[in-house]
Amino acid sequence: MIRIHFIFSFLVGLSLLACQTEKKKLPIYGNREAEEKVVDGKTIVDTIYHTIPNYEFLNQDSVIITNKVFENKIYISNFFFTHCPTICPTMQRNLLKFYEKYKGDPRIAFLSHSIDFKYDSPSVLKSYANKLGVDSEQWQFVTGDKASIYKMADNYFVYAKEDKNVPGGYDHQGYLVLVDHDKRIRAAYDGTDDEQVQLLFNDVETLLKEYE
Amino acid sequence: MPSFKLSTSLFAILGLVIAFSNCQSKESVEKAQYVANGRKLFATHCQNCHGADGKGLGKLYPPLDDTLFYKEHQDKLACYIKYGIDTTIHVHGIAYNSKMPENPTLTPIDIAYLITYITTEFGNSETKVSVDDVNKQLENCQ
Repeated sequence: MIRIHFIFSFLVGLSLLACQTEKKKLPIYGNREAEEKVVDGKTIVDTIYHTIPNYEFLNQDSVIITNKVFENKIYISNFFFTHCPTICPTMQRNLLKFYEKYKGDPRIAFLSHSIDFKYDSPSVLKSYANKLGVDSEQWQFVTGDKASIYKMADNYFVYAKEDKNVPGGYDHQGYLVLVDHDKRIRAAYDGTDDEQVQLLFNDVETLLKEYE
Repeated sequence: MPSFKLSTSLFAILGLVIAFSNCQSKESVEKAQYVANGRKLFATHCQNCHGADGKGLGKLYPPLDDTLFYKEHQDKLACYIKYGIDTTIHVHGIAYNSKMPENPTLTPIDIAYLITYITTEFGNSETKVSVDDVNKQLENCQ
């Protein structure tokens, strides 16, 4: 009897060990829907996840970019404006840490959307990027018309709104949103909070490992 | 009673030493209070752009550790904090032309706390900036 107990607990222990060695995966954010599909004559249920839809924005070099720019890359996205007096400098200072860590790494890119569609023209964005110390296409700074930029913020689950009553004229959240190869959101952290930024560093590594 | 005399004078000397050191520590305690108050104000009003470590951000926002800048502009620091800067300035020889916003809500004592904190923490200053200094500077802002 004792022997059986021993074997049983050994097996349980072994299975726990197996769980631990399994690769850690990041969650997939957003609503999901079940879709029935017919594959090889059989009906299967597929899960449709929330994804970032296609877009066309003008970047700091006055070139129209689409989501093709980030094909086979993961990227970190955020929303800011160049003369933002509140959270943006801290958020961009933190995103710059990622840019500097992964500079030249083709597996990862960065995308900052300006929510100040009136002032932040491509040349303003270019000057801002240069002063920040960004001189490559790996970090895109984009502008677009009000409706499409604000709609895009919704797609990243980031709050952004024009508001005359806040300093700078725009109210928005400072999230850094991590997007995978399939345009699905895999992590989102407050880009103004050092502890949360550290968690994002870990998650970026975890997500990169999914594609190894 | 020579021994009594000796001990009295020893006490007197000890008393003087304590009084003197108290004097000094009162000064340094006051400065420490200015630095502590300045640190809080810095976190609210300055840190976003200039960073908690005072290193600024690229060429967008200048670092706060240029002691030469402080020396050359020591009578204008209060004006910069209160009314902002909209001209190009040079810090460590690098030009910065982003507009610094004004801080109209800061009182002269707040500004004294801030300058004391910033010049102590990032500029190795050993002196405290008083409200009188700040008021004098504010009278001459251009």
